[in-house]
Formats: sequence, structure tokens, C-alpha cells
Amino acid sequence: MTDRIEAMFARTRAEGRPAVLLFTPCGYPERDAAYEVIRAAVEGGADAIEIGVPFSDPLGDGPVIQRANDIARAGGFVPPDLWDLVRRLRADGVTVPLILMGYCNPLFAYGVDAFVRDAAEAGADGFIVVDLPPEEAGELEAAVRRAGLRLVYLLAPTSTDERIQLVAEHGSGFVYCVSVTGVTGARTSMSELLPGFISRVRARTDMPLAIGFGISTHEHVREVGGLADAAVIGSALVATIADAPREERSARVRAFVEEITGRATA
Amino acid sequence: MTTHTRAVPDAGGHYGEFGGKFVPETVMPALGELERAYAEVRDDDAFHAELDHLLETYVGRPTPLTRAHRLEASLGTRARIYLKREDLAHTGAHKINAAIAQGLLARRMGKQRIVAETGAGQHGVATATVCALLGLNAVVYMGAEDIQRQSLNVFRMKLLGVEVRAVESGSRTLKDATSEAIRDWVTNVRDTYYLIGSAVGPHPYPAMVRDFQSVIGRETLEQLRAIEGRAPSIAIACVGGGSNAIGLFFPMLDEPVRLIGVEAAGEGLSGKHAAPLNAGRPGVLHGARSYLLQDQYGQVLEAHSISAGLDYPGVGPEHSWLKVTERAEYGAVTDAEALEALQHLSRTEGIIPALESAHAVAHLLKVAPSFSPDDLVVVNVSGRGDKDMGTVAQALGVTL
Repeated sequence: MTDRIEAMFARTRAEGRPAVLLFTPCGYPERDAAYEVIRAAVEGGADAIEIGVPFSDPLGDGPVIQRANDIARAGGFVPPDLWDLVRRLRADGVTVPLILMGYCNPLFAYGVDAFVRDAAEAGADGFIVVDLPPEEAGELEAAVRRAGLRLVYLLAPTSTDERIQLVAEHGSGFVYCVSVTGVTGARTSMSELLPGFISRVRARTDMPLAIGFGISTHEHVREVGGLADAAVIGSALVATIADAPREERSARVRAFVEEITGRATA
Repeated sequence: MTTHTRAVPDAGGHYGEFGGKFVPETVMPALGELERAYAEVRDDDAFHAELDHLLETYVGRPTPLTRAHRLEASLGTRARIYLKREDLAHTGAHKINAAIAQGLLARRMGKQRIVAETGAGQHGVATATVCALLGLNAVVYMGAEDIQRQSLNVFRMKLLGVEVRAVESGSRTLKDATSEAIRDWVTNVRDTYYLIGSAVGPHPYPAMVRDFQSVIGRETLEQLRAIEGRAPSIAIACVGGGSNAIGLFFPMLDEPVRLIGVEAAGEGLSGKHAAPLNAGRPGVLHGARSYLLQDQYGQVLEAHSISAGLDYPGVGPEHSWLKVTERAEYGAVTDAEALEALQHLSRTEGIIPALESAHAVAHLLKVAPSFSPDDLVVVNVSGRGDKDMGTVAQALGVTL
């Protein structure tokens, strides 16, 4: 299998633009809704999708994604829905990287090896586990390596150089750089501390860098493009989905992604 | 009885398979900073001198150890029963022990802003008290449901000058207040100290809170040796997060003491309860791996207990370790049994315990028939019951 994540960055770098990664939870806002949302996001120009794995206590998330988690769980989400979703997207010709993002307890409850195996079989490319720093991720790291997938770690502006080094050694695919000290959610401006933080990470790894948390406009994406290789948009997409009547949802998601990727004005 | 290993936690904060640091990266550096600061003060005489001085002159330590003669007579036992009187500590519960020590640590680390979570409000009151004493600013997160149940403590916190923020998410109780306090900490980590209320959370919190609460067990051993010339044969304490229990147990781990933790069985272990050690399985919540109430897919379940301080689906990781190594045993008593025990202790000893502590008393009432005449039993009365009078009256069908 070719590495979809590597191929994506090769392409966006050649095109001289940041990759745009969109986050949306599985099971939101209805149990089977993520398929159409992701199809629309890809049509709108998403370079990759982070599929959220709903959890009852998402410590790293602000109110918008917390609420989406609650709605997805109330709607009956169970982890096997992830495999159905990914399998169906792949069967229908979606070739962008699909990365599962969530918290560690659902992985542990499912069984780390089984979770990675089922994700790989369905056609997922990697994992982001918000509350699993490298110190605690040995079992997952080994399982992901065996499956030939990627394990993406997060870094924050508070991360010390030692911790950046640790992630550089243990991570794969790319590094997810959190733009602010805080939880997920749209913000009006990017932190002034971001350039210094990003250059500290750059100095310690050749992996592509993605910047996320608080990105909600094309202007943000352009700013990120000056610093890093990818921008991640989560809460702003989830809020767009929340506000859209069901029959208009796909069109609104496509329009939102076209706007944020700059396709609308290109 | 075999000697219990003190080789926990390891350098990563693990108690066997439990504990650890399962948190977002943003706060990982802050945990490292806290570890270094705590390692410094552990061996710092000046820190301990200031802490001990405040524990004596402000908290009122040592708290008494009271022989419960009429309780013994009511149970028809010849075993001697002592009550460790944490209810007589300033603010009315053991929570002040760890709050005051963490307050001193925060000040030393240069953190002027404190965040905390609270369930029954006891830890919130203790935190507010310490912040007033030390001149620190505090925000206390409390579930909206608990704010209704514990309006008196909410008012106390406000009088003491802290901001109480209602948490409306999830079950609107301690679990959600803890999540919200952690989110605040993630956001304001540079200038904020997270003053945790129990022996839970990511390393080094469980070990640090245990060490600060161990004053309970050390005093108990000293007091009993002075009165009886020996250590207790049985020690009983309630377990929510488990800080009063680990504080009582820890100094006794290498003594031949039967250690009994008591969880909240709520409406019964087959119904809604707050007893992860009795009826949960290992999982990760709020930064540590420990026994947890969760469904088959790892979603955390809502707990239930009449006692807001025990109404939590998780438990401190060292209790999970003591359970699997069989160094401690863990029982559970229902809401109804705790209510009965609260009244029993009130009438026999003139001590109205907190609903939390009433769980330990209820378990004592259950196991008393198995005591032998030479048993020496200590029950930790972790807090006083004033805050619970509304809940108790309502449960007994009395309109105040």
C-alpha cells in the first residue's frame, strides 16, 4: 500500500500550499451522517479527514466538539461504526488520508491490537490520541507499526525541547502542533507565540507539521501556510454542520470547505 | 501478613498497571514542573516547618482520636472502636490537609491562580479557605446538580471570596466538574495551579495527595500507641476518589492492619452506584488508569450516590493497586445503609458524620459481628455532617 499521508504532503508541497485537514466526528449529527459530510468535504477540497471517535469525557475539547460527542453517543455510536464508515468511503473511491482521532479509553476497552487491526483492514491511515503521550503509548505504537499505519502525536506551545525530541523520535506521519494553550474551538486570531513554537519543532524533526485548534477561516489557513505544512479545521466545521438543515448539509459543508481552502475564490 | 512493597509509584507514576499520565500534551510539561517542585519540597525542612505550623495552629491538628463506648455497647462487641476525628479539622473535613499543602506548593511555584473541582463542596471550601489564607485567586468548578444539593457550601465558598462556576455538561456532578477544571488548567497552565481534591488524576497528584493526607494515618498510629500500646487491627474509611482512605492506610501498609475501604453502593451494586472497585473494570479517566465505571466500549458511566463527595465513577489508582495486590479490601454500602449509620452514630456518640463518612460507619455496623474481643478498630470520620442536613432531611421525609 502506498502511504497516503506521505503522498498527500508530497502533492501539497509541490503545489506550494498547506494541506487542509478537516475534522468531523463519526456518528454526528446522526449515526450514519459522517459518510455524506466527509464526501462533501472531500469534494470541497479537503486533503485529508480526521474522523473523531466520540468519547464521554473529551478533556482536550471545547464546547462545540463536546456537544458533538454527546450527540453522537446519544445517537447510538459504537466503534464498529468507524469500520463501516471507512470501508464505505474507500469502496466509493475516497482516496484521501483518513485518520482516527479520539481518546485512549475507547481504544483500551476495544483492545489496542484489535482496534488497530480493524482500522487497518477498513482502510484507515493513522491515529491521533489526544490523551496518550509517548510515555503511555508503547502498546499502541507497536501495534500501529506492525500494521504499517501512522501514529501522530500532538505538541503544544508549552512543550519543552525534550518533549519535542520525544515526539520526533516516536511519532510518524506528521506532527500535530496545537496553536494555543487551550482546548479546541474557533478563535479570532492566531497566537503571536506560534512562529517561535513552530521553529523549535522544525529544528528537531523532518516530519511535516500540521497546525490546529482555533483555525476557522481561509485567512488563518494562509497564515498557517507560511509556517507549516497543514492546517486542521475542527470546531468550525462541526458548528457548520450543527447549523445546517439536514437537506442542505452536504451543500453547506462543501461550500464551507471550498471557502476555507480558498477554492471558492481561486 | 506480608510486607507491602513501597516501590510504587514508579518513575512514570505507575502503580503496577494503574496510574500514569494520560493527559493532553499541553499539560504534560506542567506535570513535569509539578514533579520537580514536589520532589524539592519533600525534602525541604522549611516547607514542612511552615506546613506543620499551619496544620497545628490553623487546621487544629492533631485531630482527636475518640473512643466510641456507646457505639461499642450498641453493637454488643467487646472490640474497642476508635473514631479518627477529621470532622474536627478546620472547614469540617480532611480535605484541608492536602489543600493547605498544595496551596503552599502553588505559592512556592509562583502560581497565583488556583483552579479546583468540587463534589460535595468540601474540597471547594477547603480550597477557598486556603486561598483566602495565602492570598491566592481561585475558581472552583462544581456540577450544577451538586450546586443544588450543596447550596450551603456554595455560599461558604462565595463568602470566602472565590468564584464558583456551575458545570452544566454531562451528569452535572463531580466527574464533569473535574473535566472542566482540567480544561481550564489546559488553557491557563502557565500561571495556574490545579489544586486537585483527591488522590486521583495524573502523576504526581495521587502520590502527592496521599503523602499530604498521610498525616491522618501517622497521627492515628501515634495516638493509638499512646493509648493502647499498639497499632489497630482494623482500619475503615470511605472511598470516593479515596484521599481520606489512602491517608489513613498508607502509614499502616507495613503494619499488620486489616485495611477496609468502603465505596458507595448507591441504590445497590446491580443498579445505580459509585463503586468502581466493586463493580467496574480498569480504564482511563482524568489522567490515570484505575478501576472505572464504563460500558463495554469504554464510555464512562454516570455514578450515583446520595453522598455528593462519593458520586464519582473513578477511584485513585493506588486503591486499584491495593485491591489487586490484596493488601486492602473494598466493601460497599447503599444510600439507605449510610443514612441509617449516620443516625446511629449521631444517637450513640453525639457525632453527626458527613454522608461520605457515614459509609465507613455503615460498614463498621455490618462487620462488627465478626470482631474478636481483642480487635482494635479505627474508623475515619472524614468530615462532619452539617452540609448534608438538607439531603438527610429530604431522604427521611422531613421538611425543614
